[in-house]
Amino acid sequence: MIALKNVTKTFSAPEQTVQAVRDVTLTIEQGEIFGIIGFSGAGKSTLVRCINLLERPTSGSVFLDDIDLMALSEKELRKTRKKMGMIFQQFNLFASRTVFANIAFPLKHSGLKITEIAQKVNELLELVDLKDKENSYPSQLSGGQKQRVAIARALANDPRILLCDEATSALDPQTTLSLLRLLKKLNEKLGITIVVITHEMQVVKEICGRVAVMENGVVVEQGDVFSIFASPQQKITQDFIDTTSNLSKIYTLIDEHAAITEIKPGECIVKLKYLERNASEALVSSISRKFNIDVNIIFGNIELIGSDPLGGLVAIISGGVEDIDNALDYLKQKNVGAEVILDARVPK
Amino acid sequence: MQEFLNSLLPNVMEKLPVFYESIYETLVMVVWSGAISFILGAILGIVITATKKDSILQNAVIYQVLDKVINFFRAIPFIILLAALFTLTRAIMGTAIGVRGAIVPLVFGTVPFFARQIESALAEVNPGLIEAAQSMGSSPIEIIFRVYLKESVAPIARATTITAISLIGLTAMAGAIGAGGLGDFAIRYGYQRSQEDVTYVSVIIIVLLVSLIQTAGNFIVRKSTH
Repeated sequence: MIALKNVTKTFSAPEQTVQAVRDVTLTIEQGEIFGIIGFSGAGKSTLVRCINLLERPTSGSVFLDDIDLMALSEKELRKTRKKMGMIFQQFNLFASRTVFANIAFPLKHSGLKITEIAQKVNELLELVDLKDKENSYPSQLSGGQKQRVAIARALANDPRILLCDEATSALDPQTTLSLLRLLKKLNEKLGITIVVITHEMQVVKEICGRVAVMENGVVVEQGDVFSIFASPQQKITQDFIDTTSNLSKIYTLIDEHAAITEIKPGECIVKLKYLERNASEALVSSISRKFNIDVNIIFGNIELIGSDPLGGLVAIISGGVEDIDNALDYLKQKNVGAEVILDARVPK
Repeated sequence: MQEFLNSLLPNVMEKLPVFYESIYETLVMVVWSGAISFILGAILGIVITATKKDSILQNAVIYQVLDKVINFFRAIPFIILLAALFTLTRAIMGTAIGVRGAIVPLVFGTVPFFARQIESALAEVNPGLIEAAQSMGSSPIEIIFRVYLKESVAPIARATTITAISLIGLTAMAGAIGAGGLGDFAIRYGYQRSQEDVTYVSVIIIVLLVSLIQTAGNFIVRKSTH
C-alpha cells in the first residue's frame, strides 16, 4: 500500500550537502508492522518523513495505494495526511492544551459535532487506557502516558497508517514494552498499518513482521524479521543482532581465556545456531544419544520472534573426533548452524 | 487632608484640572497607539516568523523586505522619528501636534520593537509541534492560530508587558514636542518652572501605571502556563 521508489533526499547547505536517503525502494503492505532500523544518522527519520512528505524527496516517488503523493496539491496532501497518523520521540503534545484538547485537535473541521468529537475522544482515551486523564495537562503526565496521548491524537482521524518515529526511544524498557503491546493491539484490532523507526533491535523483535536495515541513507537489507535475525547478510545487521544476543560474547571470552573456555584435550567448543523455525526439536539430547558424545551447554540465548524461537547455544562437546564431526553434520542437515570455534580434540 | 496636600504639593494642587487632563492624555496615547501597535506588530511578527527560511510559508522576498524595514525603523532614535514623521503625521491625522499628532510616531516607534518581541516569542515554540500539526494535516493558517499563537500566550503576554511599558516611556518623550500627557506636564512645570512637586507626582503616577501593567502581564503569564 505504501511504495517508495528510488527515493533520495539531499539536504543542501552552503558548506556541504548531505545525502540523508539514497535511492531507497521499498514496499509496505496493508496491515503489517514494518520496522526500519538503523543507528542514529542512518537516515531513517528522514525516510519516514518522506512517507507523509514532511520531507519532500529530492528525487524518486512515493505512492499510497497507487496514488503518487508527490503529484498532489497542498490541499489534497493535507487531506491525505489525515489518513496517516504520526507519533514522535519527543511526543510533541501541545503544552497549552489538556489531554482532551490535544486529542480533539485534529478533529476540528472534520465535520463532527461537538458531542461527536467528545464521544470520539472518549473512545480513543479508552483505547489507550487513559480515561481518567482527559483534563490533565501534558506536563502532569509521565513519558509513557504522553506517548499514549500522542497515539490517541494520531488515531483521531481513523488513519490507515501510523508512522512511529523513535516512539519508544525516550522511554524506559518497561514502558517501552507496554507501549509496543499497545501498538500491536492497535494493529490487530484496527488493522492499521504501522511503520516503526527505531535504533533498538528489541523493538523490531517485539512487534515487527518485516524489517529494513538502514546504513548511511541506504537500505542494506530487508526481509521478514525471523530470516534477518537467523541469517543476517550484512555486518551492520549482525551488529544490531549482537545488541540483543550474547552469543557472540564467546569470542571475547576465548580471547580473554576465561575459565569457562578452558577445555581439556578431546573437547571442543561449538556454537550452534537455529537457522530455521525448528528450535522446538530436542536436538541436543538426540545428538548426545545418537553419536555417543557429551554436550555441556555453557550458555545460550533463545528467544521468541513472533511465536518462533530463535537463537543459539554455545556448548563444549567431548567425544570421538569422528563422532563429533558426524553429529555436527547431522545438525547441519537439520538446519542448525554448527561451528567449531575452539578445538582441542586429539585425532586418533 | 486638603490642607496637607496643599502644603505638600502646592503647584500640583494649584492646577489639578491640568494634572488630571495630563493623566487622561497619557492613557489615551498609551491605549490607542498600544492597540494599533499590538495588532500591526503581531501581524508583522507572525509574517516574519512564517516566511523565514524553512518555515511554514517560506518566502525570501517578503522576509527580507520586512526584516530590513523593521531594522530601519528600530535604528531611528524616537526623538528624531517624531520630527521625521511630521509630514506623514499631518497627512494621516490632520495635525502633527497634541495627542492626535503623537499617535502616528508612537506607532512607528513601537511596532518594530513589538514585532521583534513577537518574533522571538514565537521562536520559542518547539518545531516538533509544528511538525506534528503538519502531520495531522493542518494548514499554515491553522498552524499560526492553533499552534504558534495558542502555544505562545505566555511569552506574548510578556512581550506585550515590556512593549507597553516602553510605550509609556515614549509618550513622555512625545510630550516634549507638545503631545500633552504627563511627560509634557512634568517638563513644562516641573522642569521649566522648577516646580519639583509636579515632577515627583508625575513620576509616581507613571510608576503606578507601569506596576499595574506589569502585574496584569504577570497574571496572564501565570494563568496561561501549564
